[in-house]
Amino acid sequence: MILNKVEAQDLHLWYGDFYALKGINFSIKKNTVAALIGPSGCGKSTFLRVFNRMNDLIDNVSIKGQALIDGKNIYGKELRVDELRKRVGMVFQKPNPFPKSIFENVAFGLRVNGIKHKTYIEERVEKSLQQAALWNEVKDKLNKSAFELSGGQQQRLCIARALAIEPQILLMDEPASALDPISTAKIEDLIYELKQEYTILIVTHNMQQASRVSDTTAFFYLGELIEHDNTKKIFTAPDKMQTQNYVTGRFG
Amino acid sequence: MDFQTRKNMKEKMAFGALRLFSFSIIAILFFILGYIVINGISVVSFDFLTKMPEDGMTKGGILPAIIGTLCLMVVSLAIAFPIGVFSGIYLNEYIKDGWFKRFINLMTNNLSGIPSIVFGLFGMQFFVNQLGWGDSIIAGSFTLAILVLPVIIRTTEESLKAVSNTFREAASGLGASKWQTTYSVVLPIGMPNILTGLILSMSRVSGETAPILFTVAAYFLPQLPHSIFDQVMALPYHLYVVATSGNNITESRPIAFGTALVLIFIVLVLNLLANWLRKVLGSKVKMN
Ligand SMILES: Nc1ncnc2c1ncn2[C@@H]1O[C@H](COP(=O)(O)OP(=O)(O)O)[C@@H](O)[C@H]1O
Ligand SMILES: [Mg+2]
Repeated sequence: MILNKVEAQDLHLWYGDFYALKGINFSIKKNTVAALIGPSGCGKSTFLRVFNRMNDLIDNVSIKGQALIDGKNIYGKELRVDELRKRVGMVFQKPNPFPKSIFENVAFGLRVNGIKHKTYIEERVEKSLQQAALWNEVKDKLNKSAFELSGGQQQRLCIARALAIEPQILLMDEPASALDPISTAKIEDLIYELKQEYTILIVTHNMQQASRVSDTTAFFYLGELIEHDNTKKIFTAPDKMQTQNYVTGRFG
Repeated sequence: MDFQTRKNMKEKMAFGALRLFSFSIIAILFFILGYIVINGISVVSFDFLTKMPEDGMTKGGILPAIIGTLCLMVVSLAIAFPIGVFSGIYLNEYIKDGWFKRFINLMTNNLSGIPSIVFGLFGMQFFVNQLGWGDSIIAGSFTLAILVLPVIIRTTEESLKAVSNTFREAASGLGASKWQTTYSVVLPIGMPNILTGLILSMSRVSGETAPILFTVAAYFLPQLPHSIFDQVMALPYHLYVVATSGNNITESRPIAFGTALVLIFIVLVLNLLANWLRKVLGSKVKMN
């Protein structure tokens, strides 16, 4: 039996009194891409951020149920959050490079985790930039500020930054929604490549994108996971009426 | 007259009145500035800026007062800046919203509402007498530091608040601790605004008279300080002295205007610098 890489079991989440996730059961296998779709405010980002415990940064969040990676509860007492975050990389909606050089942006995750070996860091930076399909564009200006890059390049830099610490899982929250079509296409190609090595959860508003990049698709509505199945099935013959309506654009 | 014409007329009148008010404010400002320049420019010379006062402060220069004010600005900000920035970081990054934070904000607001002469009194009693520092740069600087601390705390807090959360999330998402996140990501992004606040505090410090009155400012001391435990002359107090109690007030009047001009010039330069910094540094780090 192949163990589920990422899993949620009867997961509930509240922001104060607001009930944002209502008993989610969800699982995906290693090296697959799951797309999370649904109307704004239905809890996609919240769900994504459960898996690197990003919601810990917000006051008054309470969680019930289990979130598991490789079968282990990531909210268990024995788990250290920074260890978890080394295994789970995140890419955000808007490119958000740090006010540092291109090189230092990618090296950041290594440095904050105590890695000092210079040649190792250089190797990781180059490798990550290559994986993010950015190396050729920036190899001659690694010491330039990251803000000098275009939006699409910045987003690929943020992907490289996440890859540098060699995570196993990538969480992407609408990573292409702020980009032009060409940059978006590049990011989509990239996701396809990255799938060989990583397990990916991607939130997207774009139905075509979901169907192009993902193996499975999960439809969220008002804090509930309505349906999670093979992408093809979700887009052609979903089990639930709500899903059908959403993917055909009848609401959302 | 129909409704539309009345409406248009009212619009024109309101607009005219507003324009009149804003022009008159600018006019008053220029009048004051011009008045000081016209009365002071004749005495401002190289000698005026580089010489000691002479002849009961009716002649000579104001070098010790310029140096004194610069010393006070530098030392008081060296004290207030780190404390203020760390407090601001603590308030914005480390403590959650709640009664404690509200209480601290209330206190810093109160602190900035206290008349500056009260700080002078406190400084005299505490730094000068109790700690035995005497009238000195260090006593005056600590007093001034307390005065500008609320401003620096506030600007730091506001600058950090303006830094988008996504930077914090990205950094901690890579395993950075809170301090690593704050120090190497959030603080550099907020820095242009914090520095602007710093410079505006410097210009505030340069003009304050009451806090230095009993803690550092010398009536007449034609020499430069050797250490932070020395007394100094300072521009705003020197201005007060030559304007009200010199040996010969009419004869020293131009010196008073010259001193005012130098003081205004320092403030102006600092404000321009603050503006420039905000623009230049601000364009390098975008806030998102
Ligand atoms: N920090 C927060 N505090 C309170 N409510 C929040 C917070 N973040 C999100 N929410 C609420 O939770 C719901 C789900 O939000 P989110 O997960 O961001 O939705 P999505 O990503 O699907 O658009 C929304 O109704 C939103 O208003
Ligand atoms: Mg979202």
